[in-house]
Amino acid sequence: MFNVLWLQSAGCGGCSMSLLNAESPDLLSILESAGINLLWHPSLSEETGSEVVSILEQILSDQIQLDALCIEGSILRGPNGTGRFHMLGGTGCSVMEWVQKLSQKSRYLFAIGSCAAYGGISAAGENITDATGLQFEGELAGGLLGDHYRSVAGFKAINISGCPVHPNWVTETLISVALGEHEEAALDAFGRPRMYADQLVHHGCNRNEYYEYKASAESPGERGCMMENMGCLGTQAHADCNSRPWNGEGSCTKGGYACINCTAPEFEEPGHSFTETPKIAGIPVGLPTDMPKAWFVALASLSKAATPDRLRKNATSEKLIYPPTIHKRKN
Amino acid sequence: MSRILVGPFNRVEGDLEISLDIEEGQVNSARVNSPLFRGFERILQGQQPMDALVYTPRICGICSVSQSVACANALADLMDLDVPENGELATNLVLANENMTDLLTHFYLFFMPDFAREIYAGQPWFSEVESRYKAQKGSASQRMLPARSDFLHLMGIMAGKWPHTLSLQPGGSSKPVEPQERIRLLAVIGSFRRYLEQHLFGDDLEAITELQSVDELQDWADKADWASSDFRTFLHLSDKLQLSELGQGTGQFLSYGNYPVKGQRFIRSGTYLDGKINPVDSSQITEDLAYAWMQGGDQPLHPSSGITEPSLDNSEAYSWCKAPRLQQQVVEVGALSRQLINGHPLITDLVRQQGATVESRIIARLVELALVIPQMQHWAKALNPNEPFCHQGKLPKEGSGVGMVEAARGSLGHWLRVEKGRISNYQIIAPTTWNFSPRDQQSVPGVLEQALVGTPVQPGEKEPVAVQHIVRSFDPCMVCTVH
Repeated sequence: MFNVLWLQSAGCGGCSMSLLNAESPDLLSILESAGINLLWHPSLSEETGSEVVSILEQILSDQIQLDALCIEGSILRGPNGTGRFHMLGGTGCSVMEWVQKLSQKSRYLFAIGSCAAYGGISAAGENITDATGLQFEGELAGGLLGDHYRSVAGFKAINISGCPVHPNWVTETLISVALGEHEEAALDAFGRPRMYADQLVHHGCNRNEYYEYKASAESPGERGCMMENMGCLGTQAHADCNSRPWNGEGSCTKGGYACINCTAPEFEEPGHSFTETPKIAGIPVGLPTDMPKAWFVALASLSKAATPDRLRKNATSEKLIYPPTIHKRKN
Repeated sequence: MSRILVGPFNRVEGDLEISLDIEEGQVNSARVNSPLFRGFERILQGQQPMDALVYTPRICGICSVSQSVACANALADLMDLDVPENGELATNLVLANENMTDLLTHFYLFFMPDFAREIYAGQPWFSEVESRYKAQKGSASQRMLPARSDFLHLMGIMAGKWPHTLSLQPGGSSKPVEPQERIRLLAVIGSFRRYLEQHLFGDDLEAITELQSVDELQDWADKADWASSDFRTFLHLSDKLQLSELGQGTGQFLSYGNYPVKGQRFIRSGTYLDGKINPVDSSQITEDLAYAWMQGGDQPLHPSSGITEPSLDNSEAYSWCKAPRLQQQVVEVGALSRQLINGHPLITDLVRQQGATVESRIIARLVELALVIPQMQHWAKALNPNEPFCHQGKLPKEGSGVGMVEAARGSLGHWLRVEKGRISNYQIIAPTTWNFSPRDQQSVPGVLEQALVGTPVQPGEKEPVAVQHIVRSFDPCMVCTVH
C-alpha cells in the first residue's frame, strides 16, 4: 500500500472538493485500484480529534510509513513567524510546525493547489498572514521549507498547482509516483508535473477560430476570443484545461470567462484587473507563448483584415448569428 | 469538572476546535474556536471592484458559488444593474447545483459515517449501517460519489467548472446556454432526481415534499422497511438514538431567501424571532468582537462599517470568528431556518414539537433537496437560448452595495464600499459565522455553544459521539466562518 496523508493548511478546501469530482472511475475506485491508502483525509476519514493526532504522532515516531504528504492550502507564517494565524485544532501547535515536522518523514511531498505550491490567493494583497508555498514563495524558490529541501525519497515538492486543481492532475500524479516512476525531469521549472503543465490552456480552446482572426469579445457572454480585451491568458497558461474537460463538460473559456493563469505562481496579483487586457498602443502586453512580437503584430493585423463577416458579427454576440456556410458539391 | 479539547474536528469544511467543560456526565459549557485566519476582507481592500469576483469564490471551495453570487449581487447593487430572466435562471441553476450537492455531500460523507463508529457496535442496526455508511468504504457513499460528479456536469455546462467559476456576473451569466445544452441540462438534473428517488428517499420527491406533519412523516417512514432507503435509515437511527432531543438551538432563525425569478424568491426571506416571522431588517445586523482575536471596535458594528484588524492582544478572546447578532439575538441559519421561514408545513410542525435539533436540521436538508430539484428542472426548461443572459453596466467611482444569498449552510452577506474606483471596505458574514460564533459583549454564547450544553458524555470519551452528531448537524463551513 502507498500511504497518503492529506492535511488542509490555509486554503479554501476547494482542491479537495474538486478531487471528489473525479469520475470514470470515481475517486474511491481510483485510489483503491491503485493501491493508494488514505491514512487520513479531512473530508473523507472517520478519525477525528485525538484519533488524528495519534496517526500524526505514529508517523513522526516512524511507526507508520508515510509515502506521500499532501498539503492543501498555503502555510501561514504570521504573526511574527509564529504560525499562530493557523493552529491545528486540538494540538496547540501551528499547522506550520506540523508541516515542517511531517515533511521530514514523507517519501514524497505534494503541494496541492497554487496556495500550497506558491502562496496563491491566500498570499494576495498585503499578505498580512505571511502566507507562503511549501518550496516557493511566488516565483521565488524557497518558501517554507527552503530550496534545499528534499523528501525522504530525495525529491523536491511536487507542485500540483491550479486554483483549484483538476481532479485528474492529482490522481494521475499520485498514481505515477506510487508506481515508482517519479523523476526530477517529470517536473517543470516551477515544480509542476509536466504531464499537464507542458500544455497550454489555448490548446483545444473552443474559441480558436475567433483567435485565428482576432475576432474579439468585448463583454462577458460574447462568443469571441477573450485575449484582446477580456484579460484571457490562455495562450500563456500552462495546463491542459481545454484538452480535458472540467466537470465532464467545461473549462473557463467555455464558461465564457478569461483564463487567469491560475497554475502560475503570483497569478493572484496580475498587476491589473483580471478581466481586462492591459495594452500599450492598442497591442496586448502579454503575447502568446513563444511568439515573436513583430510577427504577432503583423499576423494580427493581417488576420484582422481577413476576418470573415461571420466571425466578426458572432464575436460580439451572445447567440450565434451566422452559422458556418454549407459547402455543396454543386451550386 | 473536567475540560476536554476536541480537534482537529474533521468531516466539516476547514478547521475547528471545541473546548468542553464536563460536569456529571454532560457538557456544562462549550467554547468554539475557529483556528484559521486568512484575512480575505484585507486581501480585498484596494482591489478593483470587479476583481472581487475572482477573490471571493476562493474564500471557500465548498460554498464557492454562493460567495460568487453574493459578490455579484453586491456589485449589481453598486452598479444599479438588473439581470435578464435568463441570467436569473442561470444563476439559480448554478447556485442550486452547488447547494444541493452540498446537502448531499454533507449527508453521506460528513454526517452519516459517525453512526458507523465502533461505539455503536452493540446496536442491533449496526452491521447494516456500517456496511452502508462507513467512512470511505460504505456502499452508500461509494454510490453517491458518481451521482454527485454526474450532477456537477451542470457546472461544466453552465459555469465552466466547480469550484471557482467566474461565470456569475453582476448582470447575469457569462455563459449563454445553447439549445443542445439546455436539453443536456434536463438530462443531467433528471438523472440526479432518479438517483435521489431510488436511493436517498426510496419514493417520489413529491411524496416527501407533500408531507404535512410529523405524523405524516412517521406514517410514510412506516410504509417500508427502515433499511429500504437512506432517509428511512436516518429516521430509524434518529428514533433509536433520540436525535430529536440533541443539540437544541436558540429557537431564533434567519433566512435571506433564495432563487429569485422576476423579483419573487422561490424560498422567502425572513426572521423568526420569539415565534413570529417578520421581514429581514438588515440594518439590525451587527458584529461583536468581544471574544475574537480582533481589535477596532468597542461597540458592535454594522458590517457596512465593519473593521477587520486581527490582534492577539484581547485576553478574553478564543476564536478568530466575530460574533454576528440580529437585533442582539443569537440566530440560527441553514436549511431548517429556510424551510421554517418559507412555511413548509412538515418543518413548521417539527420546529413546533422539538425546536432546532440534530433531527430537525437533517430532515430539513433532505426536504429541501426534494423541493429544489424539481424546481431546477423547471428553471432549465424555462431557459430561452434566443434571449440575453447578461446585462452590462458601468461601475461608479464611489458607492456601496450589499449582496445577500442563502448558501447550503445558511445566510451569507457581502457588504462592499468603493472609493476612488477601488474597494475601500469589504465585509463578509458567512453562515457558520452565525452558527459557530463565540460569545458576545453580554457573554451570550453562540448557537453551537448553546446547543452543546447538556450533551451527554460517556465516561472515557475523548471526542464524545453526541458532540460530533450535534456539531455536524450544522454542516459547518469553517473556511467561510472567518474567511
